[in-house]
Amino acid sequence: MSWLEKILPPKIKRSAGPSKKNVPEGLWSKCPKCDSVLYRTDLEANAEVCPKCAYHSRISARDRLNLLLDAKGRKEIAAEVEPVDPLKFQDSKKYVDRVKSAQSEVGEKDALIVMQGSINAVPVVVAVFEFKFMGGSMGSVVGERFVRGVQAAIASKSAFICISASGGARMQEGLFSLMQMAKTSAALTKLSEAQLPFISVLTDPTMGGVSASFAMLGDVIVAEPQALIGFAGPRVIEQTVRETLPEGFQRAEFLLEHGAVDIIVDRREMRDRLSNIITALMNKPAPTKQ
Amino acid sequence: MKLSYLDFEQPIAELESKIEDLKQVQDGSSVDINEEINQLQAKTSELLTEIYGNLNAWQISQVARHPQRPYTIDYIQALFTDFEELHGDRAYADDPAIVGGIARFDGKPVMVIGHQKGRDVKERQLRNFGMPRPEGYRKALRLYRMAEKFGLPIITLIDTPGAYPGIGAEERGQSEAIARNLYVMSELKTPIIGVIIGEGGSGGALALGVVDQMLMLQYSTYSVISPEGCASILFRSADQASVAAEALAITAPRLKSVGLVDRVVEEPMGGAHRSWETMMQSLQKALSEELTKVQKKSLKDLLKTRYEKLMSFGQYQEGQ
Repeated sequence: MSWLEKILPPKIKRSAGPSKKNVPEGLWSKCPKCDSVLYRTDLEANAEVCPKCAYHSRISARDRLNLLLDAKGRKEIAAEVEPVDPLKFQDSKKYVDRVKSAQSEVGEKDALIVMQGSINAVPVVVAVFEFKFMGGSMGSVVGERFVRGVQAAIASKSAFICISASGGARMQEGLFSLMQMAKTSAALTKLSEAQLPFISVLTDPTMGGVSASFAMLGDVIVAEPQALIGFAGPRVIEQTVRETLPEGFQRAEFLLEHGAVDIIVDRREMRDRLSNIITALMNKPAPTKQ
Repeated sequence: MKLSYLDFEQPIAELESKIEDLKQVQDGSSVDINEEINQLQAKTSELLTEIYGNLNAWQISQVARHPQRPYTIDYIQALFTDFEELHGDRAYADDPAIVGGIARFDGKPVMVIGHQKGRDVKERQLRNFGMPRPEGYRKALRLYRMAEKFGLPIITLIDTPGAYPGIGAEERGQSEAIARNLYVMSELKTPIIGVIIGEGGSGGALALGVVDQMLMLQYSTYSVISPEGCASILFRSADQASVAAEALAITAPRLKSVGLVDRVVEEPMGGAHRSWETMMQSLQKALSEELTKVQKKSLKDLLKTRYEKLMSFGQYQEGQ
């Protein structure tokens, strides 16, 4: 069990590994929420959202980008920024080995992918977390790629979008990871000076150091339905306060009710809603839905 | 106040209690045992030097959390004059886990803000063990803005296990409160100096830690997660805290060597709790020097340097 699986409540855990892998060649898939048996192809065509109960499964960063961005004119940013091991960190496994195995399992160099492109022909730079890469944890590479994404947005006068899915700071880089919270937040001041919108999209889960930095600094903060969002993990809170947590605690709907996020948006509407918000904030003509 | 000893200080404790005993004997006796006492005292100080010269990261975390270590209010009382504590976030409550206000340092007005732990059971409860809730961070934010408006330099004193993980704290936006402080501090138009005086616990510390110059007391710690927390997650057992402490690189000299803190402030032999007075003198000197340094810079230069420093944090390589 990875450290991230450990801190997640059981409900989330069950849904964590998309059931793809258990089904031979993925003909069928069972919704972890409502138990409906679904055709994989139907689910894929439906942005990995259950057509029966609208449960949003976790998706990879590349799938997310494919869903969100127009097919043409994409350019990856800061892919050349790769992790090192600044503290020669070792727990039960060496950090360098953990990184290597994550790289080969996930097929990404680190936990954040940044892409320049457009949504309904509205230019944007999008940063997306890959949760499968060490729990989407933020270390030096995530911080640096984020900053370069912000810089690219400023250079191209585009809006900047970040889609978070992260357990928080990456422990294996020690204080370097903590400092990424300050670094990413500071970079957003420049985007603000350039009067460009920052849209923060919180998906399941957005916790710890990611939640307590740029993710909560969006001009507009969007959440996906049911996403777990918070500073401290539910287990840590339960152990600290020694009470049972209220129903729906730290879910997107809970945050909306408490005034922490602006809107909850269904993944299937994300393109249209984001391009709508961005064009309005940038005083541009309304987008043509594609 | 009777000194409390940490586990690894037991040999010192034994010697010092022997000295105490001898002193009592001396009082009621005509035999002169001064020489013996002096010898033992010399031995104690030798032992102290030896033990403190070889502390490992886990032992340093214990010194950083020592119950008799000076806390924020102690530093404010010793190093500042004319302190006016300012309360509340103007929205919800006053959080006693963070104290702040206007004061004078070297006769000049400054804003001083710090985490506050409690000394006894009652105060610990009141101060929530120095673990702030969102209203604490929002009070700090209000004071940052006030300092900016009136051109006061800011001094932050950092000493917290972390931000409080509670239901109410989540409901009132703990994440946003911390995030907002990082954002605002990074572009605040006044000099900011931070000092880690004890525990620099993760995001809860960083919300007071986006600064122009970061000072760290010799036996303080600054970490992304507590050694215990890291041990139970990555090493599968809280007993591995000492191994985790080493791996996380949380001590002042190590962080100075990788450029994440700017200056290590020397503590008295045996830690700040052994001589508050010496500690205060040492920090007074360091703060005074650093304050002069940052105040020499033009505002534009100051902000540019602060931003570039923030952007330089992190180690990575550029591949293909």
